[in-house]
Amino acid sequence: MEIDVKRVAQLAALKLSEEDTKLFAEQLPSLLGHFEKISLVDTGDLPPMVCPTDMHIEFREDDVIDWENAETAVANAPEKSGNLFKVPPVVG
Amino acid sequence: MSYDDWELVCGLEIHAQLKTKSKMFSPDSGDFGAGDNVNTHPVTLGMPGCLPVPNKQAIEYSVKTGLALNCTIRNTSVFSRKNYYYPDLPKGYQISQFDKPLCEEGFVEFKLGDEKKRVRIERAHMEEDAGKSTHHGEYTLINLNRAGVPLLEIVSRPDIRSAEEAAEYARAVRKILRYIEVCDGNLEEGSMRCDCNVSVRKKGDEKLGTRCEIKNVNSFRFVQKAIEYETQRQIDVLESGGKIVQQTRLYDSAANKTFAMRDKEDAHDYRYFPEPDMLPVELTEEYISKVESTLCELPDARVKRFMAEYELPEYDSLILTQERDLADYYEAVAKASNNPKASSNWIMGELLRELNEHELDYSAIPIKAENFAKLIQLIDNKTISGKIAKTVFQELWKKDQDPEDIVKAKGLVQITDEGAIEKVIDEIINANPGQVEQYRGGKNKLFGFFVGQAMKATKGQANPEIVNKILKSKLDG
Amino acid sequence: MEILKTSMTELKQHIDNGDVSCEAVTSAFLEQTKKHNTELNAYITINENAIEQAHELDKRHKAGEKLGKLGGIPIAVKDLLCTRGIRTTAGSKMLHNFVPPYSSTVTEKMDEEDAIVLGKTNLDEFAMGSSNETSYFGPVKNPWDTTRVPGGSSGGSAAAVAARMAPAAIGTDTGGSIRQPSSFTGIVGVKPTYGRVSRFGITAFASSLDQAGPMANNVKDAALLLEAISGRDGQDATSANLPVPNWVESINTNVAGKTVGLLKECFEDGAMTDEVRKVVDNSLNILKDLGVKFKEVSVPAIDTAVPIYYLIATSEASSNLARYDGVRFGHRANFDEIPAENIAEFYARTRAEGFGEEVKRRIMMGAFSLSSGYYDAYYDKACRVRALLRKQYLEALEGCELLFGPVTTSTAFKIGERIDDPIEMYNNDIFTTGCNLAGLPGMSVPAGFSSEGLPVGVQLIGRHFEEQNLFDFGQALEDELKLSEVPSVL
Repeated sequence: MEIDVKRVAQLAALKLSEEDTKLFAEQLPSLLGHFEKISLVDTGDLPPMVCPTDMHIEFREDDVIDWENAETAVANAPEKSGNLFKVPPVVG
Repeated sequence: MSYDDWELVCGLEIHAQLKTKSKMFSPDSGDFGAGDNVNTHPVTLGMPGCLPVPNKQAIEYSVKTGLALNCTIRNTSVFSRKNYYYPDLPKGYQISQFDKPLCEEGFVEFKLGDEKKRVRIERAHMEEDAGKSTHHGEYTLINLNRAGVPLLEIVSRPDIRSAEEAAEYARAVRKILRYIEVCDGNLEEGSMRCDCNVSVRKKGDEKLGTRCEIKNVNSFRFVQKAIEYETQRQIDVLESGGKIVQQTRLYDSAANKTFAMRDKEDAHDYRYFPEPDMLPVELTEEYISKVESTLCELPDARVKRFMAEYELPEYDSLILTQERDLADYYEAVAKASNNPKASSNWIMGELLRELNEHELDYSAIPIKAENFAKLIQLIDNKTISGKIAKTVFQELWKKDQDPEDIVKAKGLVQITDEGAIEKVIDEIINANPGQVEQYRGGKNKLFGFFVGQAMKATKGQANPEIVNKILKSKLDG
Repeated sequence: MEILKTSMTELKQHIDNGDVSCEAVTSAFLEQTKKHNTELNAYITINENAIEQAHELDKRHKAGEKLGKLGGIPIAVKDLLCTRGIRTTAGSKMLHNFVPPYSSTVTEKMDEEDAIVLGKTNLDEFAMGSSNETSYFGPVKNPWDTTRVPGGSSGGSAAAVAARMAPAAIGTDTGGSIRQPSSFTGIVGVKPTYGRVSRFGITAFASSLDQAGPMANNVKDAALLLEAISGRDGQDATSANLPVPNWVESINTNVAGKTVGLLKECFEDGAMTDEVRKVVDNSLNILKDLGVKFKEVSVPAIDTAVPIYYLIATSEASSNLARYDGVRFGHRANFDEIPAENIAEFYARTRAEGFGEEVKRRIMMGAFSLSSGYYDAYYDKACRVRALLRKQYLEALEGCELLFGPVTTSTAFKIGERIDDPIEMYNNDIFTTGCNLAGLPGMSVPAGFSSEGLPVGVQLIGRHFEEQNLFDFGQALEDELKLSEVPSVL
């Protein structure tokens, strides 16, 4: 199989080096090819399973929990301005 | 070329922000007016290991809305991740619903002029809002207070055929959202947002044209104008042999134009997949019925009932039911005064005028319904005249109180004592022999002059019917 | 009493009795850590306040207060679990400086039971690996043979417990990351039923597979630690609303007459090395001697477990790791000299610098599996086969208390031996991924040694929420085997 590594890297938001691009262009088709054997399994009408549990969801009550402060929120930020996160200009 | 050969095909996506206290999946407050990044629980920030837990109230509001929009509610609906990168999207994905939305296949009915319209709803699904980016040229700043606020996205079918109809549909949806108290429907503040999908086709064509999406239009008037503009633009392009490029556009209200957000748009691949941090949302029929039983009477039904129960014209009923608060107020006044028609006249006249003038909400009517009703009763039992009542209303507006107290304090009680009125009239007749003669000589118009004199002499407090009666007998007799 | 040779349960009793102070216990393990960490690289961060916290506990204890279930016990925590105020790296450059303002529910519960976080242990980057070689902070070495891997991804936790640098540790297991390193280092490791332990605050690798669990020197310690960290958590919508049993008190080693399933597919020729086979057979015979009845069962879809596992885990991971974008926390590429042309480049450069090769490989694989045109054949198909696999596991577990088999195909391999061959590396996980895919509880129990003196564990797999069976059988084996060898570094 062929994989458009550049397109996938774009989806993954990764700027791959040339080496990585080459490596993944070899490895990904072989890995995914290896995984393709699942296509042979007949699963009948079983619906796809996401979480492997029979439990049912429980909702959260609509209560506000006061959380620390804005300084804590931005404490780990690589760049900030006051209590706002700062990033290079976003166009469009 | 003729615009008449073309037909608009339009559908709206309305994002309604649900009025919960906390966010969709996170326990911080949804009040995004707070200080910068104040409402940013680690879940909102998308910090490592933080998990979404759905807000019970948001689910209930969504079910309620679905029912009010005549939708089928899924017993099992699924949250999915919509993956894309944007600095104000903290997790790199938005939790939304994809192939199994909560609400499906509903409709909204409304009047467009004299015509009754029905726009079908394809789906309404729950999702979380993104944060806010502000652009400063050299850099962009991110505030995540809004991130995670619960939204219900209501997607219509492309049933809309005119710009006016689109705006009217959006108003109808807003009215319902406000009636059931799940969303305050404020377009300017963004608690309700409209995206308009617009395409055109030759009349009679079955096939849909290529559509453009106009994002985030922030008033009903602009919805109409943006669609009007976009329709013409598309027709112009097609008539001159061009092609419509599918794109996202924005509406510039100052220039009354739409423009493309980006020149070139990469086809998005959102890689939707079921949110593995949450199990499916399972709702029993019992739960859904319970929510249904809490639904208030919806605007349409209320219009019909007002027409039947209070014998109001459709026009009055439509106005009085635009907002639940106003309709509730009207009903309280009508019941307490036992005069529905007069209540309607007074509310649609004096009250709405004052509210407009003072830019007050229907939730902020400064006169208690019982006091307003008493005012109407004072007219009905002839304590005051309609004219005096307007004075009393002004006093009531200034200070909410028992109107009877105003009448007493100001000595505004209507004079119904026939002897007293007769005395006044006798004086007027005696003082104006010339006019009496002219009247008796056939100048009937002068009757009004005598009424005016009598009212003036009694400072407007004489009962006009009695004045008329006595005047008639004295002058004609 | 030699603190380092005493089990966690016994240490707890000694502390309760006043035989030893919390401070002395913590000091002893810190000393041991100092002695061996340079060589083994088991810890990324040591909790600088550990002694002070132990001291506080001593004060409370002296004042007559009864300490919690883990009162005064220092415990190593995989550096995937967020600890408020203590740097949490996930073994990645991406988070090398991240100090969370919140704690995971697991460490919160440990705190409620008066445990002390001794330090944060090394791991494969974002728990992606089976050898602990993908950590940004360097590989961890196996205390039994420092030329070999300790397994992964909870390799630091495993090495710390094996080398007595902690009486017990917390690991996480997405496809075997507790059980495989436990087997490679001769300790007990439990992957609880999906939903038993809250995932809140545990840096996510694959949401539908991840579970945290105990790693300890014996079965009872593991049971005690699991009791402390289990239970419903309102912050995790997949956590089970079930009471937490009293596993330790309920341990019953009388397994006579009980039925155990043997997965046919795991015992086929060549499924494991002869060395592993010998140890597994030995345990099997011991259980037989104890009166256990064995029955052959089958999970035919197990040969697809590794493919399904990697498709699902990488798909979820590609999305779970999207949050590492250099905006709110974590690494950001330097744009001073070469500015980003656009925001897409800002992300792409930041993430390319912050993530290591294995993480990139998996994100790529996952992004592909979810992408338009491939979703049905890869991600969605994997979820369907997963449903089938789970069904087959549940059928196999009907009429037996648990399944018995190997944890790994071989003993710990040499550092560097498999790192360049992802397929071979991934195939290591053949016996462990099934549990995660089906949500079942699984446990690795030390069962013996290879001829080279490397530890080998056996795996017990139970029914949903029936961890008790694992502890009963595990304890029975432990009692019979009486293993007393210690790693060479000691």
